[in-house]
Amino acid sequence: MARTLAMFTDTSLCIGCRACQVACKQWNELPMEEPEWTGSYQNHAHFTDKTYRLVRFIEKPQANGELQWLLMSDVCKHCAQAGCLDACPTGAIYRTEYGTVNINQDVCNGCRYCVSSCPFGVVSFNHDTGRANKCTFCNDRIHNGLGPACAKTCPTESIQFGFRDELVAKAEKRVAKLKEMGYASAQLYGADSNSPLGGLNAFFLLLDKPATYNLPEKPLLPQRNVLVDSVLAVGAALLVGVGAVVSFRERGGKGADDA
Amino acid sequence: MTTNLIDIQNSDVIMATSNFAENHPVGFQWVMKAKERGAKFIHVDPRFTRTSAVADVHVPLRSGTNIAFFGGLISYAIQNNLYFKDYVVHYTNASFLIDPAFKTATDGGGLFTGLEQTGKGGVDPHVAETYKKDTWKYQLDGEGNPKRDLTLRDPSSVFQLLKRHYSRYTPAMVERVCGIPKEKFVQVAKLFCENSGPEKTGSITYALNLTQHTNGVQNIRALCMLQLLLGNIGRPGGGVVALRGHANVQGATDLELLYHELPGYLPMPLRDLHPDLKTYLEKVTPKGGFWVNLPKFMVSLLKAFYGDAAKAENDYGYQWLPKRASADAYSHQHMFVEMYKGTIKGFLSDGQNPAVGGPNAKLARAALGKLEWLVVKDIFVTETAEFWKAPGASAKDIKTEVFFLPAAPAAEKDGSLTNTMRLIQWHEKAVKPPGDVTSDAEFFVSLAKRLQKRYAGSKKDRDQGFLAASFEYGDDPKEPNMELVLKEVNGYATQEITDKDGKVVYKKGQALNTFAHMTDDGKTAGGCWIYTGVTVEGPDGKLINKANLRKPADDKDYLAHGWAFAWPANRRILYNRASADLKGKPWSEKKKLIWWDPEAPGQEPEKKGKWVGLDVPDFNAFLAPDAKNGDKPFIMRADLVGAFFGPLNDGPFPEHYEPVESPTKNLLSKQQMNPVAKIWNVPDQKNDLAKVGSPDYPYVVTTYRLTEHHLSGVMSRYLPMLAELFHSHFAELSHELAAELGIKNGERITVSTPRGKIHTTAMVTHRLKPFMIDGKKTHQIGIPWHWGYNGISKGDITNDLSATVGDPTVYIQETKAFLCNVKKGEV
Amino acid sequence: MSLSRRDFLKYAGSTGAGVAVGAATLDLTPVQAAATTLKIKEAKVHPGVCPYCAVGCIQLVYSKGDKIIDIEGHPDTPHTLGRLCPKGAATIQLSNNPLRPTKAMYRAPGSDKWEEKPLDWMYEQIAKRYYETREKYFVEKEKNKDGQEVVVNRLDALASLGSACIDNEECYLLSKLNRTLGIVYHEHQARV
Repeated sequence: MARTLAMFTDTSLCIGCRACQVACKQWNELPMEEPEWTGSYQNHAHFTDKTYRLVRFIEKPQANGELQWLLMSDVCKHCAQAGCLDACPTGAIYRTEYGTVNINQDVCNGCRYCVSSCPFGVVSFNHDTGRANKCTFCNDRIHNGLGPACAKTCPTESIQFGFRDELVAKAEKRVAKLKEMGYASAQLYGADSNSPLGGLNAFFLLLDKPATYNLPEKPLLPQRNVLVDSVLAVGAALLVGVGAVVSFRERGGKGADDA
Repeated sequence: MTTNLIDIQNSDVIMATSNFAENHPVGFQWVMKAKERGAKFIHVDPRFTRTSAVADVHVPLRSGTNIAFFGGLISYAIQNNLYFKDYVVHYTNASFLIDPAFKTATDGGGLFTGLEQTGKGGVDPHVAETYKKDTWKYQLDGEGNPKRDLTLRDPSSVFQLLKRHYSRYTPAMVERVCGIPKEKFVQVAKLFCENSGPEKTGSITYALNLTQHTNGVQNIRALCMLQLLLGNIGRPGGGVVALRGHANVQGATDLELLYHELPGYLPMPLRDLHPDLKTYLEKVTPKGGFWVNLPKFMVSLLKAFYGDAAKAENDYGYQWLPKRASADAYSHQHMFVEMYKGTIKGFLSDGQNPAVGGPNAKLARAALGKLEWLVVKDIFVTETAEFWKAPGASAKDIKTEVFFLPAAPAAEKDGSLTNTMRLIQWHEKAVKPPGDVTSDAEFFVSLAKRLQKRYAGSKKDRDQGFLAASFEYGDDPKEPNMELVLKEVNGYATQEITDKDGKVVYKKGQALNTFAHMTDDGKTAGGCWIYTGVTVEGPDGKLINKANLRKPADDKDYLAHGWAFAWPANRRILYNRASADLKGKPWSEKKKLIWWDPEAPGQEPEKKGKWVGLDVPDFNAFLAPDAKNGDKPFIMRADLVGAFFGPLNDGPFPEHYEPVESPTKNLLSKQQMNPVAKIWNVPDQKNDLAKVGSPDYPYVVTTYRLTEHHLSGVMSRYLPMLAELFHSHFAELSHELAAELGIKNGERITVSTPRGKIHTTAMVTHRLKPFMIDGKKTHQIGIPWHWGYNGISKGDITNDLSATVGDPTVYIQETKAFLCNVKKGEV
Repeated sequence: MSLSRRDFLKYAGSTGAGVAVGAATLDLTPVQAAATTLKIKEAKVHPGVCPYCAVGCIQLVYSKGDKIIDIEGHPDTPHTLGRLCPKGAATIQLSNNPLRPTKAMYRAPGSDKWEEKPLDWMYEQIAKRYYETREKYFVEKEKNKDGQEVVVNRLDALASLGSACIDNEECYLLSKLNRTLGIVYHEHQARV
């Protein structure tokens, strides 16, 4: 088994330049799409089937009158427990030997279960191809000794690529340093393997709580809800069934005397 | 820039006055590396930008008040004794004494001694006023050398005059003029000054934030003076970080696509001042400094232009060079005013888009319609090429013939580009251009040869120079061999050159190794002396193109001298002699760059001693520190020292004046704006200006670029991957102003000035805030200028708002600070 | 001088492209040979200089046949370390773009449309315009400030603008052309 690869996005180094968005598009030959007005420099509110890296811009006025402008390059998290992978009925979504998650375009049947199973709203449906799309972690590049296009191009190394365990160690040191420098809310998101979803193979250093970045504080797989609902549904069905058997038995008993 | 991007990591403090992260993101990584090492990062900008987002301090300053800010820092450093005394005393003209009749602006009500009305332009480049610089000079001793006071206490010393001049620039004044709270200003002044000196160095960046003003040149001077005061020039982690904006604006400047100079920064002759070569050389060649060699560079250039037709007997063809009647003519803004008046008949616009990218763009487009013919060569069909199709244009009334030639981008041709750190780098042709797309070189050479054919056989003297100019470079008749062009730029021997012992130093036609070998007797030719050394002959006789060398940096050579070639002579940090003290020892071990090694082999066998270190010395490598001039680092100046006192057209010291359009009267003096700023008279009210504090145009407006787009948008709005990064053209407004005007984020608005109006979308943001200027709330808005009516992403042209006004020395326009009005909706 | 295959494999096989600073040499010998073809593996590669700002990032321009298929940063570049901003990363679309004009075009006086023309015709017409304008408006002599006739050899009726986006060699050729013809309106983006 190969060592798990990861991308560590340190938002404290991000200058919001969008080189990552463009390098991703260029390498993956993704077409252009109409940008949206979001009120900021961000060109889409959410990931799309043609935008796998999305830079978020969040203005946060401080109590002391100063401003914090939080800049973050968001991406598919390649979760250790991936909702999309669990939900996929055809097996199109698979995990590579490096721990990254991909959607095989030849096998995908466009059912979109994966789209609703991602707690981060990453997976998107491509109406032109009829398939689901998302970041591939530059699957072709990592299988040929190169890192993902976004990590390579990032001017300030906000996006770093390497072995997960090494990046996590680095990230932990970085958070500690930022806290020393006065960034009290600096925190890692998805670095810890004990965190929800078993940890993220694209994890982050945030300068504020996840909700500020529109990230779920405790991301849950919707299937867990689906699972619970299923159990409840099955349980309810059982109750109804038992009740019916019970009531029919009573009726049956009486009915037989009529004949 | 005087230094090198890689070297920024060595700064202890960095003050970016430009929007560094957004406009030079990849270069910006070195700021991040400096921060990793503990450097502090200050960002000075009217807006809070992506650069501010990663800065330790953001200093908001009202557009147009840079000299008030720098002057405040200069004053702070002097008043608090934070300047680097030894450096200032020995390496600058601070100790020099000035004519006692000279008075600073502090005593002149905002003016220096000698302002007079000349009425008309003429030889001096001013419209109505100019300075007589009679008193702006050093006191001289019996031998003609400047008198000095090394204690810096003489009231006539430059230092004391400097102190007196900036005595008005207190933190309280900076707050009133710039809108920077006093406490923040002092915090930043302390931070920057205390991180400069013998043991620490600071760098300051600038870009168009300083150039696009009627005080542009003085803005930059003020920055340079601060750096001299703090001893930051020529030292690791120091320097003036000029961040230029185009892939080859540096090269185009060096090769002089500018009206006022010839390649290599040689002045372009004036009819009355320079009637012949001898007079020209006498007048423009200084008596000291490295420019004493100017005659060699000029004659070599004439030889490069005119070849064998340039001979001693005919002044090397000097007569064929066009002579200007006035220095107040021919700049970009002059060009469009004259074009509008109809005096220009034909125009080539090659890789530039003035219909969008130049000031007063409505005037520019109207001017294009007055031409008889226009040639546009560009990668895409630009707004300039289609000005006759612009919204509101009536094609049938426009008689201009337009010729459009598609151009090849860099990846489709061979050639070199010079970046902002003077690094000349070669690119190789990866693929052929499609269809009839050609390189610009192919077009220029084809045009030249066709013209030479038409002029063949002419007996007129005026045609001989052009006929003698060679456009033959290699075997392909259409496409010149660019390495051979670069070799001509580099320079070569026109005949065999031998030394005094008869040994052949250069074969005929051999590339020169150094500009030190250029001569003024016709034996050498060279298109641009500062580039000499970029192509040299190898031991096998083949040409080595150093622009294509690719040796990475390593531990021993962090400046990577083996990667490409930097002018001059591969020196990476200019004025690096200043990194060492009078004895040739680095001011600090932590900040060593070059030093004098008395034991190193000298120039001759019996002599010892050489400057060695981490860079090529920007100095005579064998001149000992205790020899004559061995302690004078600023080799390009006639007096070899850095200049606090420098007689520019608008004053020896930068003085704050308000922009031509300003919301306030000048709080520093009675003189409202630069007394010698250039303001053009343009017919048909096409250059009206708002009055000071105009209620019709109450808001300050500044224009700028975004990371994702490029200049006038030709290379970005036509590219899907870039066009999609922004929804549309927009203007940035503060929440406060938006609330006053009832404008919501995303609504359409109208921005207007006396020149024109545009419709755009409001982006309401916390990143802009109103300024308190002398206690009065003053709003400022910002508008990127990338949009035009062509391409994938279209929008109104921001430059329709700006005016035709300019700096008195270089005539650059004032697009960073003028006035506007904003209204809700499209009106 | 193209990158040798050996140089390419250096990036392809180990450290360099995309590896986190401080991370150990990444051995990506695939355990399972994932049949993932790298589109640039068999491509030609040339060093390019980014044509956008003045940082001058060096690019690796990968091409197959007559088409550029990828452009990314050159990791050995001392001042950029292989990174590119969004503009540099989009450079491929300066070449591969349906909006690119590939034919020369002429617009007649008063016309509202372009006509495609052969390049030869265009060059001849442009040379003719240069020639006629110079012949009509060239000023060989004029009176100086003292009233004497002096040689000025100047052509004020023809202006030249651009460019900060063309090569040094091209700038030099244009300077040489314009100056030897007597053109004085000779400017580019540094002035704005």
